[in-house]
Amino acid sequence: MSTLLDVEDLRVTFPTRTGLIEAVRGVSFSLGRERLGIVGESGSGKSQTGRAIMGLTPPQARISADKLSFDGIDLLAASPRERRALRGKRIAMILQDPKYSLDPVMSIGRQIVETLRTHEKVSKAEARERALAMLEAVQIRDPRRVFDLHPHEVSGGMGQRAMIAMMLIAGPEMMIADEPTSALDVTVQLDVLGILDRLVAERGMGLIFISHDLRLVSSFCDRVIVMYAGKVVEQLKASELSQAQHPYTRGLLNCMPRIGFERHPLPVLDRKPEWAA
Amino acid sequence: MSVEAVQSRREWLLSERPASRTQARLGRAYVTWRRFTANRLAFVGLLIIIALLLVAALAGVLAPYSPTIGDLKNARLLAPSAEHWFGTDDLGRDIYSRILYGSRWTLYVVILVAIIAAPIGLLVGTVAGYAGGWTDAILMRITDIFLAFPKLILALAFVAALGPGIENAVLAIAITSWPPYARIARAETLTVRNSDYIKAVQLMGASPFRIVLRHIMPLCISSLIVRVTLDMAGIILTAAGLGFLGLGAQPPLPEWGTMIASGRRFVLDQWWVAGAPGFAILIVSLGFNLLGDGLRDALDPRSGDQ
Amino acid sequence: MSAIENDGGRGSARAVAILSSIGRFLVIAVTTYLGLLAVTFFIGRVIPIDPVLAVLGDRAPANVVERTRREMGLDLPLIEQFYIYLKHALSGDFGTSVLTTNPVMTDIRRALPATTELATLGTLIGSVIGVPLGVLAAVKRGSLIDQIVRIIGLIGYSVPIFWLGLLGLVLFYAKLQWVAFPARLDVVYEYTFTPVTGFYLLDAAMQGQWDVFWDAFRHIILPASLLGYFSLAYISRMTRSFMLNELTQEYVVAARAKGLSERRIIWAHALRNAAVPMVTVIALSYAGLLEGSVLTETVFSWPGIGLYITNSLQNADMNAVLGGTIVIGSVFIAINLLSDLLYRVLDPRTKSQ
Repeated sequence: MSTLLDVEDLRVTFPTRTGLIEAVRGVSFSLGRERLGIVGESGSGKSQTGRAIMGLTPPQARISADKLSFDGIDLLAASPRERRALRGKRIAMILQDPKYSLDPVMSIGRQIVETLRTHEKVSKAEARERALAMLEAVQIRDPRRVFDLHPHEVSGGMGQRAMIAMMLIAGPEMMIADEPTSALDVTVQLDVLGILDRLVAERGMGLIFISHDLRLVSSFCDRVIVMYAGKVVEQLKASELSQAQHPYTRGLLNCMPRIGFERHPLPVLDRKPEWAA
Repeated sequence: MSVEAVQSRREWLLSERPASRTQARLGRAYVTWRRFTANRLAFVGLLIIIALLLVAALAGVLAPYSPTIGDLKNARLLAPSAEHWFGTDDLGRDIYSRILYGSRWTLYVVILVAIIAAPIGLLVGTVAGYAGGWTDAILMRITDIFLAFPKLILALAFVAALGPGIENAVLAIAITSWPPYARIARAETLTVRNSDYIKAVQLMGASPFRIVLRHIMPLCISSLIVRVTLDMAGIILTAAGLGFLGLGAQPPLPEWGTMIASGRRFVLDQWWVAGAPGFAILIVSLGFNLLGDGLRDALDPRSGDQ
Repeated sequence: MSAIENDGGRGSARAVAILSSIGRFLVIAVTTYLGLLAVTFFIGRVIPIDPVLAVLGDRAPANVVERTRREMGLDLPLIEQFYIYLKHALSGDFGTSVLTTNPVMTDIRRALPATTELATLGTLIGSVIGVPLGVLAAVKRGSLIDQIVRIIGLIGYSVPIFWLGLLGLVLFYAKLQWVAFPARLDVVYEYTFTPVTGFYLLDAAMQGQWDVFWDAFRHIILPASLLGYFSLAYISRMTRSFMLNELTQEYVVAARAKGLSERRIIWAHALRNAAVPMVTVIALSYAGLLEGSVLTETVFSWPGIGLYITNSLQNADMNAVLGGTIVIGSVFIAINLLSDLLYRVLDPRTKSQ
């Protein structure tokens, strides 16, 4: 399996009035054409890891890494222009809530076409055709109608499919999905995940799936990284999750409700400062 | 005081676990003060306003000449010089002295408008917010109607009917400037109206009058102060405008807007007669604007960029 | 798919929603306008001890005073007086001006285009410069340009407009002679030029009289720039604040993730979103300039409503003052309401709700 992304000792630091805050503290992993899950609580640095790879960290933050390369390109040495050319074209990202991550005053179709025309020289008519085909690929039944709708006129599930279409239309090789289903109704979560899964598999893409939901990640991904306080505490195959060693992972696993078991008292996550050290 | 003592006092103020209410309150005031002084422009604003207060208080000592009696024979329309820093006007009066005395009238207008308009707004807003229903609907409709009026024009019409004069100008400005205060007071009232402690006071049998007066109004004061400070510059400019149109303070009062009006006739040749009082207005309004901005940022960090 | 199905039921619900929002809009418009008339009635008829003297001045002969008293219906009860006042005001009858002896409405009709032309040009200048400045300040937050925009704004909020106008005249008219003296046109043209719409720049251009156009331009440019500066101060400050808010939104992150250039993100996405509230700001600034015209027109002898009101004030010509107040107030209210409507039209989110 060829390596798409190589991350070694990634650190993201935010200067604040009260001192430096290290959001990501020495994260290392590599990604092939596979599905990698990153799990952690909010504030564990999982989202900042994703944004650092995309190059979307706020300007005041400092990023350092021994290695941060995508397909042999050193991302930290790349100019902003080069990184921008990668974004959307070769590395894409899906955000959490389509209600906020789609431009509310631009029609869905135009937003999809915009991605395509940023990266490829295509005529307006061809771009429209390809956008419609993409909407169809994310299983939107009436693409012509949805093309002209504004984001507020569609449901959350459809909005997220439009988001996937917008991010996949230029044919990226790697996708970072940051909590892509957390804002959706439970009933449509699986639909959207299914679509995402199929497209990633069909196109042979690498996927980083960021989530707080360990069960979802373990059923959906090949490998799982568990993060705590900006660090990777455990890295293992999804199928071997039940044999997790680290007490934090075990704690996360224990928090899952199971049908048919009394849960009294409800287990509380144990957090030990030495895990973060 | 040693460095350590300062250090520990700071820590005591910033403690995350204050031992008493006083400590918590002092701590918060300290943080607000730090945020305020960190904003250098706001601090400049504060200095300007302090200077204005000092000048107004000490005008009699600071002014080298009389503000109302000039030397008609020898000192008409002199250019700025060592003797007359800002020159003299058409009646031979020293403009610098008149500007120093004029600061009193500026303060007079600003303070009077504030103590007339703010309580009206506070009363309308808290009553509307606490009573709700039809009272609220009608009071707020009236407020909105006043908000939709052009303030300066309405103030003009009021003064036209009341007759020119600084008291009437104050009244006219106050009548047109209370609606925003009513809106703010109502918004604050709505946020606390259903809180548990208001319920508790109700259960103890307090009258609505007492609840509004003793428990709701005090909560609205701080946001009202910020808003009034921000409006001060507008009040000064409106008062000066009325003065300029001959509707505010009447000569020979050394009110700055009136001074510009009387300097207007020779502005093309003796620009300083109208120039100096306008500059004074600019500086003082700037001071209030900077102070208001700083206060708002310090009290409400969220709106720092609004 | 549920969100776009079932259009039939939603269609009628939408019609009801639109009707009720139109109804609400009308109630607001009518009550605000009634409020304006009530306040002016109060100012004109209740505050003065003798409204007849307020209208005629104290030198009018006794028989005229008596006749006017009856004409104004001052012997009637107050509520009936208000009814008559309403009827007259709604039909555009504000009485006769003592100063010009014309019906006030005739005078106002003549003065309104001058004020409108000035305020329009001022708003144009303010928006064309103010919006890009505000955007730049937001994008380069904390930079030198941000500080400069902030200072320009602060001074705009703090400076007396009439004073700046006077200084402008000293510098640009008396010293540099870049602009013409305070008036609308040179005296030569006052009698040879026949305006059609009352907007001199437009009329001159349409008639191909370029010498008149140039002369009108030399007269209007200073007061219009002055008003433009005030509108710029307000517009740039608000643009900056709206843009800062938009730039923190998630769709901006998504647009970056798509690989869009910063330029496109700022101008095509963030500004397009900020444009919705900006319309209200620009409309309010326009209304503000109409009001500011009272002081500006006085300084520049600009024959608009503002000058008309101040001239009438100095002659205690109450009919003219109140007529002018009502007209400017009405335009002000109308702009306020229209900007509210426009907001709804521009924002696709409010369209279907």
